[in-house]
Amino acid sequence: MGDLLSLFINSVFIGNILLAYFLGICSFIAVSKTIETATGLGLAVIFVLTVTSPVNWLIYHGLLAPGALAWAGFPELDLSFLKFITFIAVIAAMVQAVEMVIDRYSPLLYATLGVFLPLIAVNCAILGTSLFIVERNHTFIESVVFGAGSGTGWMLAIVSLAAIRKKVRYADVPKGLDGFGFIMIIAGLMAMTFMMFSGITL
Amino acid sequence: MQNDLSHYKEILVKGIWRENPVAYQVLGICSALAVTVKMSTALVMSIALTLVAGFSGLIISSLRHLIPSNIRIIVELTVIASLVIITDQILQAYLYDISKQLSIFVGLIITNCIILGRAEAFALANNPADSFVDGIANGLGYSMILVAVAFLRELLGSGQFFGFSVIPQFVYDMGFQDMGIMVLAPGAFFVIGLLVWLKNSLPGISHEKK
Repeated sequence: MGDLLSLFINSVFIGNILLAYFLGICSFIAVSKTIETATGLGLAVIFVLTVTSPVNWLIYHGLLAPGALAWAGFPELDLSFLKFITFIAVIAAMVQAVEMVIDRYSPLLYATLGVFLPLIAVNCAILGTSLFIVERNHTFIESVVFGAGSGTGWMLAIVSLAAIRKKVRYADVPKGLDGFGFIMIIAGLMAMTFMMFSGITL
Repeated sequence: MQNDLSHYKEILVKGIWRENPVAYQVLGICSALAVTVKMSTALVMSIALTLVAGFSGLIISSLRHLIPSNIRIIVELTVIASLVIITDQILQAYLYDISKQLSIFVGLIITNCIILGRAEAFALANNPADSFVDGIANGLGYSMILVAVAFLRELLGSGQFFGFSVIPQFVYDMGFQDMGIMVLAPGAFFVIGLLVWLKNSLPGISHEKK
């Protein structure tokens, strides 16, 4: 249990998927104009990550990993090179399914998250998390925790950026640095702040 | 249909400098930052991405009359993912060490906004040859930023260039230290922020007089 808690804290703060691994920066910049939309996208990312990470884990370890098809009579088969195309297809399909379920059962939630769901299919953070899980040999339970932790860390980062951008809206930024360059510098300072957590061990 | 050289040159200049995908359109920076600690990884990543961008433009543009528009995203992703699988296999076969260092970021070329963005914005509306050149141009534009960031980070962060120490010993003797921050994540954000500032200021030099 302590291991899982430590993995969660680690994926939220120290190994923050956005500020330490640079995943999902496109939408980090595009959708951080207001706190409301940032929160909406953040929640959608947590949700999709928590669902797709274990599903991709099951598919990888049940079908693609070397020797996984031994039950079907192919003990030497190694389909792991297919992981990219499988994962992206699973993510696209899951996003579509999640969108339909939310639409059917919770119109209120759909009104908040609906517009962001299609964006998520091509968010690097989702595919990146699934690939990290394969690369780091996480177990099934760890993949759920890591997925949820990465999503939480991502949301924390984008909501903080939205809040900071609101504060500096009328700041007198040098011409040329205004816009994208300025956001990158803010993100750099945020990344430094998140690195302060790296002393924490549980 | 003018397919003389100046036409291709126009597409190239647009992709590399005038509408540079990273600095101007703010696309594809996810991976642009993660692999820039060293020149060698950045260079391999640039070549991989440029080739994938070029060939995905070529293939998607050749198929553009056959793809039904409502499932086009999934078709595009399939084409791109297949090209990335080939790239990944080639890297694992011939450049195993670098492929290990690039870790998941080769796979993330699939979700790199530049490739899908160019497929959507250019390849679906133009002929295969133009789309190929456009993909290569945008790939080169991306590579330019990537290599520039990697150059600064490796030089300032570890005093090296392609793994060779280039800062002479007497500079260290005088009290110079490697900037540890450049090797870490925040360094990438700062360098790219400052590079964009520099790029935005370059064409604007003449306006400063007013």
